[in-house]
Amino acid sequence: MTDSSAIPTEVTDDLKRPARAQWRDVWDQFKAHKGALVGMIFFVFILIFVILGPYVWSIDPTYIDIRARNSGPSLEHPFGTDQLGRDSFARMMAGGQVSMAVGITAMLLALLFGTLIGVVAGYFKSLDGPLMRLTDLFLALPLLPLLLVIIMLFRESLSAQLGPEGGIFILMVSAIGITSWMQTARIVRGDVLALKEREFVLAARSIGTPPRRMITRHILPNVLSPIMVSATLGIANAIITESALSFLGLGFPPDFPTWGRLLFDSVDYLQQYPERVIWPGLAISLTVLSVNYIGDGLRDALDPRLRAR
Amino acid sequence: MLNYTIRRLFLAIPTLLFISLVIFFIVKLSPSDPTANLPLTIPPEVREKIRESLGVNQPLLVQFGLWLKQLMISEPLYWTNQYFGTEFEVGQRIISYQTRSPVMDIVIQRMPQTLWVVGTAYLVGILIALPIGIFSAYRQYSIFDQAGTFVSMIGFSVPPFFSGVLVIVIFSVQLGWLPSIYDTTHIVDSWDSFVIQFKQMIMPVMVLALQTTAQISRFLRASMLDNLNQDYVRTARAKGLSEKIVVLVHVLRNSMIPVITVIALGVPTIFGGAIITEQVFKVNGLGQLLIISIQAGDVPTVQTLTFMFAVLIVLFNLVADVLYGLLDPRIRYD
Repeated sequence: MTDSSAIPTEVTDDLKRPARAQWRDVWDQFKAHKGALVGMIFFVFILIFVILGPYVWSIDPTYIDIRARNSGPSLEHPFGTDQLGRDSFARMMAGGQVSMAVGITAMLLALLFGTLIGVVAGYFKSLDGPLMRLTDLFLALPLLPLLLVIIMLFRESLSAQLGPEGGIFILMVSAIGITSWMQTARIVRGDVLALKEREFVLAARSIGTPPRRMITRHILPNVLSPIMVSATLGIANAIITESALSFLGLGFPPDFPTWGRLLFDSVDYLQQYPERVIWPGLAISLTVLSVNYIGDGLRDALDPRLRAR
Repeated sequence: MLNYTIRRLFLAIPTLLFISLVIFFIVKLSPSDPTANLPLTIPPEVREKIRESLGVNQPLLVQFGLWLKQLMISEPLYWTNQYFGTEFEVGQRIISYQTRSPVMDIVIQRMPQTLWVVGTAYLVGILIALPIGIFSAYRQYSIFDQAGTFVSMIGFSVPPFFSGVLVIVIFSVQLGWLPSIYDTTHIVDSWDSFVIQFKQMIMPVMVLALQTTAQISRFLRASMLDNLNQDYVRTARAKGLSEKIVVLVHVLRNSMIPVITVIALGVPTIFGGAIITEQVFKVNGLGQLLIISIQAGDVPTVQTLTFMFAVLIVLFNLVADVLYGLLDPRIRYD
């Protein structure tokens, strides 16, 4: 046995420092990535802007002030007004709420599908083949054309049943969710396959842990980092897809703005009021850019090999 | 290798069948009526006749089988008759609900516009991406590398429907240098008309190329970085080869292996992504055909076009895998 006095002083100093939680470590690493930090700040800012903004800026985005139509930026209307005199600033907030809501909900749905299929395929060997063939099939589908077809064909019947806004929202979210889970499933499956060979899984199995608890207690916490990274990429993808569909005129109805829809509406007035396309386009691009940077930083921060340095 | 290719080709058949079945049922189960866009003055019994002539009253599986037969038997026979002067008995070809003309004829009319714009854009994108990727890997964390990272982040984040509109605002509306609409009837027969063609192609090509560049330069950078630290690079330097040869011949050739597969995999997605760009610049190519057919509930056209996109995806997946095996002798499929 080694003598306790033989331990070098730095090590004892190290031991005296308070224990550090894992997430604290991750946060420290995340902070070191400048782009990710700026992205995070911007994303939080946008979230506050679209959620709390309407309480501060209380003009109704659907209020039509026809005499003030097509006015440029002023103190009353910081982003000007559109062709019906609706305040563009308020519409940006309302549009952002919908775009963000679609982005985040669709991401959650895709994540749920992807994680479920990935974990099941990785953990249960008999289901691996069929589930991965299914994933391959989905990857071979031409997604954007298919999304266009789905939205175009089902939107009227769903709007009739669930109201114009709710119907489109559910259709949009489920269509985007169903067509974007494949990458997550593949990554999660790969990680689960590697985890299954580790000693702690063997140990847990040898004391008789049932598969359900095995997955929730041992597998899922360990595949959390790839899931979080694909969550950020999923938000970016969902926001872009929603805007693309709205831009093609197949998204939400015109009196229910989203950023993509606002961009689509402004294109008609491109010659007269070119500044009008800038705001929604900039909002989409900057949000997606910030989310991509957050994903980049998360990937570095969650990688223990990089964090150790 | 040949064995593998043939096996994969056979495996592709059930995949494509399943995909076409999925597309068919999505389109068919929706409550869209092919006669909905016809004038209201048409009496109901005539309307029923029209529906019957379009074959939409038959059971779904029969309709699907019919479409499959037209695609797999009638169309190839028709085209062999056209090109080889043979006299095969050609059955009914796939007819568009909208124009009442064969779908394949419309597709062939529109193919050159899409191929011309999208193909050029893809090539330009790759040509820009190569030097950026090589240089940012060679001088990792330099200012050039940081700028390259930022530009590719922008390429990933700015969707074509914004970048397209933005360049139209800047170069067509404000500066008036370039036309905002791509004129597909323009014929190039002299230097001046070539200049006009070049001018109208700049914007759509650059918008599409930005995305390709972003993706491929990132891949090439990562792949170059992997290779630059390998032993064979040190050997090459040690035996006195010039830096240019080490980087551009030894490292680049090995780094291109994964990049070429990415390039092959990207070809079909470019067709899909081009739908939006075609819409922005009013190019009447395949993407725009798809959109107007969806809006008109033109089932045969939608079905055929999406099937073609699916074929492209499956085919280029196979091409990517085969290329990988051909370029990298370490990879064996047998």
